[in-house]
Amino acid sequence: MTASMLTSSDRSRQLRSGLATGFMILSFLIMLVPLVLIVGYVLQRGAGIISWDFLTRDLPIIDRSADGGIGPAIVGTLLIVGVATLMAVPLGVLGGIYLNEYGGNRRTAVVVRFLADVMTGVPSVVMGLFIYTIWVLRFHNQSAFAGSLALGCLMLPVVIRTTEEVLRLVPAEQRDASYALGGRKATTIGRIVVPAAVPGVLSGALLAIARAAGETAPLLFAIGFTTRTNTNLFHGSNVALPFLIFRNATSPFTAAQDLAWGAALTLIVIVFVFTLLARLVAARFDRRSRA
Amino acid sequence: MSIDIAPPPTPEKLGEGRAPTGRTTDRVFRYVALGAGLLVFVILALIAWSTTKEAWPAFKFQGLSFVWSKTWDPAHMKFGALALIYGTVVSSVIALALGVPVSLGIALFVTEVAPDWVRRPVIYVVDLLATIPSVVYGLWGILVFAPAVQGFYQNVADFFSGVPVFGLLFSGNPVVGRSIMTAGVILAIMIVPIVTSIARVVFATVPSEQKEAAYGLGATRWEMIRGAVLPHSRSGVVAGVMIGLGRALGETIAVALVIGSSAQITARLFSSGDSMAAVIANQFGEAAGIHRSALIGLGVALFVLTLLVNVFARWIVSRSAHEVATGAVR
Repeated sequence: MTASMLTSSDRSRQLRSGLATGFMILSFLIMLVPLVLIVGYVLQRGAGIISWDFLTRDLPIIDRSADGGIGPAIVGTLLIVGVATLMAVPLGVLGGIYLNEYGGNRRTAVVVRFLADVMTGVPSVVMGLFIYTIWVLRFHNQSAFAGSLALGCLMLPVVIRTTEEVLRLVPAEQRDASYALGGRKATTIGRIVVPAAVPGVLSGALLAIARAAGETAPLLFAIGFTTRTNTNLFHGSNVALPFLIFRNATSPFTAAQDLAWGAALTLIVIVFVFTLLARLVAARFDRRSRA
Repeated sequence: MSIDIAPPPTPEKLGEGRAPTGRTTDRVFRYVALGAGLLVFVILALIAWSTTKEAWPAFKFQGLSFVWSKTWDPAHMKFGALALIYGTVVSSVIALALGVPVSLGIALFVTEVAPDWVRRPVIYVVDLLATIPSVVYGLWGILVFAPAVQGFYQNVADFFSGVPVFGLLFSGNPVVGRSIMTAGVILAIMIVPIVTSIARVVFATVPSEQKEAAYGLGATRWEMIRGAVLPHSRSGVVAGVMIGLGRALGETIAVALVIGSSAQITARLFSSGDSMAAVIANQFGEAAGIHRSALIGLGVALFVLTLLVNVFARWIVSRSAHEVATGAVR
């Protein structure tokens, strides 16, 4: 069909299609604007503040004071997220194993799968209130561990569903081969299925860690506040980067706001490193399994 | 995320595990795995029981007016959540109105328009938006975006003043930067990655035969999308939007920082407002007694609301062919 054969209705159809395509490209550009603005601003405000001193010193006792760092919040974040991971990942992997290897389409499994999906939608602030009512009120104990419990509850359903999906990709032939060699079900899962799925599970777990590290609301009622490093998991208040940023964001003092920008950049870097690790793990094993 | 599989171990390794494993190990392992799965049910049940129990004194104190009264005034022991529910719902609706078209646009761009070498970077960049912690959105919102946007709101309000409906919606009492609209805009940015990734997965399941058939009949790209892609994806997209809505309703920290913290029911979107999650975050620290109990009650209300939205979303997914879409939700 040559251009001269196009009727005016054809032309308006082409125009409409072109406009629609234009809107799709525009959508992407619109989304870029806040990303560039936010990351750019955090880099600009945060980069000038971060130094070795800033990363290691205790929090300032007075908000007005520019004298201090965010050391305790970094330690707190790593401690709280680390312990949450130690709880959520083993349990989540077991749950995923149940869903894919035992449950299948049985009613219990269908219900558990559905509830895990629903649980990923529970707002993190509700998870914080839950841990407050069931742990903090009961044991009169605001501590890093209470924060870990809240983050662990948020991570659990994500790890369960990721594990299930990764296990589903393990070829049935590998299981059959193990059974043919006399392997029992538990042996087959432990020695064949899970090892084959490790990279996928690891990658999923790293993404869950990245998300948990940025969560503020679950920690609001769980960990209290302190200006000094506390490495005791069960005893005494603690502090984490997201919590510190939230607290200082409403402060009228420039020094406190600067601290928040520095902490925000640190937090973004931590989250980004875990996200990148997840991608590298996925990509690396991708290459190996193709070779 | 791409999920990949390592090569199977060499056969010699198999024999090692055979001897010590017996039927008991098998059974024990099975029950341990089942227990881990059931933990999800236990936790959800505990959330419902434990929070409701602590909220009970406030529910008893306030009665049904907890959801019908619009006066939230802790100093005078008045705990009506209607204005907070209003703020939660309106800011989330703004987020959907702004965020969903952009998300669908990006998802269509990725699946139907972009060449291969553009596709991957675009997906990465959208995912990058999802890695920014909500508190960073809040920090940027309160210190940069809200002060900067106030003048723009004022111009918009002046422009629409006198116009029916729009004149009311785009106004304030007074016009402020930290407002319901600002909360909606920030929420819109925050839900774009999740809605996009679900929509992308759903669009990708449209059989290429159907798309080619549409092109074969002489359809333009847009006609192909309207005739083949969208009808096939409707339920999956609705589920994605619902999951985005669930996120927006429950988002706490970013909203707590930018919504302005004044509980009121107003159609003027440039006014300050408040949301359930934001009030919990902002007031819990200095709350005690019935006040604290009422805040936990807000949590219960939020839990029920997001539960309904999510159950609805999963229900749509489970009865459509888009099982695959659940994989995009994390």
